[in-house]
Amino acid sequence: MTQIADMDAAWIDAAITSARPQAVAALLRYFRDLDTAQEAFQDACLRALKAWPKNGPPRDPTAWLILVGRNAALDGVRKQSKSVPLPPEDLISDLEDAEAALVDRLDAEHYRDDVLRLLFICCHPDLPATQQVAVALRIVSGLSVKQIARAFLVGESAMEQRITRAKARIGAGDVPFGAPDLEERGRRLNAVAAMVYLIFNEGYSAGGQEAATRGALCDEAIRLARLLLRLFQGEPEVMGLTALLLLQHARAQARFDAQGAVVLLEDQDRSLWNGRMIAEGLALIDKAVRHRRPGPYLVQAAIAAEHARAPRAEDTNWTRIDLLYGDLEQLAPSPVVTLNRAVAVSKVAGPEAALAMIEPLAPKLSGYFYFFGLKGGLLFQLGRQAEARVAFDQAIALANTPAEAAHIRLHLDRMSGEGGGG
Amino acid sequence: MLYAILCYNLEDVIAAWTPAQDAAAMARLEAVELGLALAGRLGPVARLLPTTAAVTLRKGRAEGGEALVIDGPFAQTKEQLLGFYLVDCEGLEAAIGVARDLAVANPDRGAYEIRPVEVYRPGELGTPIQRPALRAEA
Repeated sequence: MTQIADMDAAWIDAAITSARPQAVAALLRYFRDLDTAQEAFQDACLRALKAWPKNGPPRDPTAWLILVGRNAALDGVRKQSKSVPLPPEDLISDLEDAEAALVDRLDAEHYRDDVLRLLFICCHPDLPATQQVAVALRIVSGLSVKQIARAFLVGESAMEQRITRAKARIGAGDVPFGAPDLEERGRRLNAVAAMVYLIFNEGYSAGGQEAATRGALCDEAIRLARLLLRLFQGEPEVMGLTALLLLQHARAQARFDAQGAVVLLEDQDRSLWNGRMIAEGLALIDKAVRHRRPGPYLVQAAIAAEHARAPRAEDTNWTRIDLLYGDLEQLAPSPVVTLNRAVAVSKVAGPEAALAMIEPLAPKLSGYFYFFGLKGGLLFQLGRQAEARVAFDQAIALANTPAEAAHIRLHLDRMSGEGGGG
Repeated sequence: MLYAILCYNLEDVIAAWTPAQDAAAMARLEAVELGLALAGRLGPVARLLPTTAAVTLRKGRAEGGEALVIDGPFAQTKEQLLGFYLVDCEGLEAAIGVARDLAVANPDRGAYEIRPVEVYRPGELGTPIQRPALRAEA
């Protein structure tokens, strides 16, 4: 009995979590006010916790939560105006088919744009990236302020303030309630995809002790990407984004050692990679490639896929990765992309060619940790120890995390150990 | 009589499970499977990747009409699930190719949803297993 009850609680919890973006988005369209929408959803959740264990789960939890949330909020309004209350949710806890179908018809065509709108308003251009992410996690994913504060390594009250201010900023702006045209929809989708990637990176860049708490952001980003994919099934870049996140997150268990130090891709224990995520990522790339209009997410996913396909580091197809980085340089040129390409070039054509490739990037990447890390590594391979040491020292000075700095120190230690001239 | 038992649930709810919840559910199911396998009554078992990984081949309506590949799973319509194939393919293109051959052999109406398999256990009907089956992942 207890096991069944536990399962019910877990099921309800999972159903509410997964229904949240669509339900809050639909309630936002209905009430046109973020706070009212959130409160209505909250109210519906409380009622679900009471009604579902008693009456069994509804056929469509999302539709149930939208309808009950809508009624609850209207009920509140009516009570204030001393009007007749709406029927209690017990009577609609197992939505009649006809009613469910009606809700479906009303909302199915709106769902897409609703969810996109909800995510899009979090990408408010006035908000710095980290605040966009915090607001999205609060509003769309429903993480508690405490969870978000932990993920960003700040105090709870500071995060509370930050989110309140950001929400006020959003509320002051014009929330675009009109149905977007094709071009506008594409623009919103781009902005939202970028934000989902930001959420992922907040979790991905965390190492060691932080990885456990911040890693949840990666899961959340993948959940949102899958949601976008379900809403925009024919968009190859949404397939690419989802695949990219899955393929990167698949390596989570292997990216740091027990002491929290970075383990490079080539040194990772590949048996720790998550085969299920890799399979899903590769399947999505297969689908996206059929559209024959590769975008930056898809190409990055294809690069990650080359690593995922190699049983051992030495099996990596660097020639193919070099070509893919070439594609990426065309689609989304940036010095960082060229820097990454140089890694592939060093494997295919040797360190000298790679060094020649990154040297012109120096003015643009003079504040970038990875630039000096790679430069030091290439110089070291070429036996230019003194120059390598200078580059590594610069990298340490620019390291963003203790784990990054520790990794470079390891190189320096190795150089000293091998008696490299200094 | 052989029976196919088709598993339905809300996939976004399943996706929201923690790895521990997922593993626990799989372990409970495997205990049921083991009882059947020991009696030689268990055929192939498959867990599919999410519907977001699927494409659907819609057969051409008109005579000689081209079958159309649509991203996403088979959308609920009036058609019913009548059968399924498990085919080993090089990749999605090859799988679509097989579905096209099937569509040519049985044209007119209907669709084939093409969904990658995440976990596959072949099973052995009529052959009681002697020891607990090892999990084979596809």
